[in-house]
Amino acid sequence: MDKAAIRAPLTASPAGGGARSRGLQGFLLQSPAIMLLLVWSVVPLLMTLWYSLRNYNLVDPTRQGFAGISNYWYLLTDPDFLTSLENTAILVGGVLAISVGLGTLLAVLYNEEFAGRGIARILVISPFFIMPTVAALLWKNLMLHPIYGVYSAMMRAVGLTPIDWLSRYPLATLVMIVAWEWLPFAVLILLTAIQSLDTEQKEAARMDGAGMVAQFINITLPHLSRAITVVIMIETIFLLTVFAEISVTTAGGPGVASTNLAFLIYSRALLQFDVGGASAGGVVAIVVANIVAAFLLRAVARNLET
Amino acid sequence: MATVELRNLRKTYLHEEIIKGISLAITDREFVVFVGPSGCGKSTLLRMIAGLEDISAGDLLIDGQRVNDTDPARRGVAMVFQSYALYPHMNVYRNMEFSLRLAGMPEAERRRRIGDVARILQLDPYLDHRPGQLSGGQRQRVAIGRAIVRNPRVFLFDEPLSNLDAALRGQMRVELASLHRRLGATTIYVTHDQVEAMTMADRIVVLNRGVVEQIGTPLELYHRPRNLFVARFMGSPAMNLLPARIHALTPDGMAQVQAGAVSVSIPTRHGGPEAGTAGTLGIRPEHILIDPQGAITGMVTISERLGAITLLHVRLTDGQMIVVQTGGDNTDRADTPIRLTLGEEHCHLFDADGMALAREADHPLLSDL
Repeated sequence: MDKAAIRAPLTASPAGGGARSRGLQGFLLQSPAIMLLLVWSVVPLLMTLWYSLRNYNLVDPTRQGFAGISNYWYLLTDPDFLTSLENTAILVGGVLAISVGLGTLLAVLYNEEFAGRGIARILVISPFFIMPTVAALLWKNLMLHPIYGVYSAMMRAVGLTPIDWLSRYPLATLVMIVAWEWLPFAVLILLTAIQSLDTEQKEAARMDGAGMVAQFINITLPHLSRAITVVIMIETIFLLTVFAEISVTTAGGPGVASTNLAFLIYSRALLQFDVGGASAGGVVAIVVANIVAAFLLRAVARNLET
Repeated sequence: MATVELRNLRKTYLHEEIIKGISLAITDREFVVFVGPSGCGKSTLLRMIAGLEDISAGDLLIDGQRVNDTDPARRGVAMVFQSYALYPHMNVYRNMEFSLRLAGMPEAERRRRIGDVARILQLDPYLDHRPGQLSGGQRQRVAIGRAIVRNPRVFLFDEPLSNLDAALRGQMRVELASLHRRLGATTIYVTHDQVEAMTMADRIVVLNRGVVEQIGTPLELYHRPRNLFVARFMGSPAMNLLPARIHALTPDGMAQVQAGAVSVSIPTRHGGPEAGTAGTLGIRPEHILIDPQGAITGMVTISERLGAITLLHVRLTDGQMIVVQTGGDNTDRADTPIRLTLGEEHCHLFDADGMALAREADHPLLSDL
């Protein structure tokens, strides 16, 4: 009797059919988002993979056909490719070093009380609001131009010979320009992080006999470590694909001295019209980005754990 | 180990004077508590002694040496902060080691000292835990341990128990008191909790708006408040204060005092009040007796039953509210009439300026003061 009474409502419920129709409903409601993802990321990815395996050059679109791995072979054995990888690494590493290093020091500085701090903070953050193209043009034509640039005028004023930065030191100059754009971001994140540092902790360190340097190393830096990891991760993702600055200032030159991976792909596709080769470069770029991202995410996860 | 002397200490922020000339001599091994309402300057005064705030004027002497301009770390004082201020990325051992490492103490010596302190505070099992993994009471102990390892001349505590729950606070209070007995270090302790002040202090300094209202032993402050502020501040529930007028003085020193419907005669020492002056009558809740023959009548409005004691809030016939403390077995309910008498020898009398008039009655422990 009792058992039957317990089982009765279970058998009565129309479980199977209801669940199936709910599942269909859920799929229908999710489908716009899934479609969007398909159209915007999966389809281009598949097309890139497809083109990377084909002979496809816009100079002669009639010559088509399956290329096998020859696009990849051609790319990987090209000395320009290695140079571009190296340049990418220098660009990312250099900008990270400058923006995080200087950013930490500036964040500490702007956390102190001084007259006009509010205005100074706005000024230090403002480069972030300038478009990359505009920033690059500004640097190229107003600041660094060997004839009418501000720095050239300053150098002439003290009797020095102006330097044609973009042709003499193209990559270093690019690192400087991009660092100028990204320094505000680092300062902004690190400044907000530093503001959450408990003042009593600093006072306790002071009573323990820590001077300014010891406080910075033992209290401030460990407090900032999470924020620094986040800055490194976000900046790396964007710095791997720096393009506008290169295109506007050096166009990857002289030669390939300032060509990074993103610019190499661009030049393959739209300067040499080799869609197949560019697609192979794109696939390599995806692989590189994923390797870097995997390392970064692991580092961040470890840092955020404790 | 050390004496601390404050000579007319002053602190001025911009144009506002926060600490208005405080003088105080703390003897060796003494446990002194600063109490006062928030904003009275007690924490500022402690931070001035610690060296975290500049001293605007006056002298601060530790062991007879002027340390006004000495770096906090070189004053030989250690401080326990309200938020504990532990270093979150260092484990317990490293937290305690930090100051020793900065002082350049050899590794073996550091290890020995931290071991000793950890044993005293029962922190041995937690030495490689980080502060985030510890409970509030354990963090508190680490903060105290960090102060002890430095072997300071003076301990400073800034409301150290205010972040703990009531049970733990009571336990830590006892631990702190026994630690003080054991170490015998001169201690300055800031709190707004008068239970902490009453139970732990050798002497209490009551501060109000940057001036000292009264300095004395806990019982002295309780039984001989120098003025209305101290009378109001010390004791919970607070002393009942009724505006009063002194009618007459008898030759044997009894002052006839009328406070609304309440009429009492209070024994005073000679040279006390003059007849006809206004003042304030003060009586602590435990000194009002429930008495069916009592002359004072009122209505119970609320009864708070705390188990061991009962607090009756009574509205007198003239509209004044007073609190009566009575036993836990009291049966008076709200909205019932009640008759009371005042323990006349326990009454306090304050003049029109709020200063206490000398009393005849005293606590037995105070007779030798």
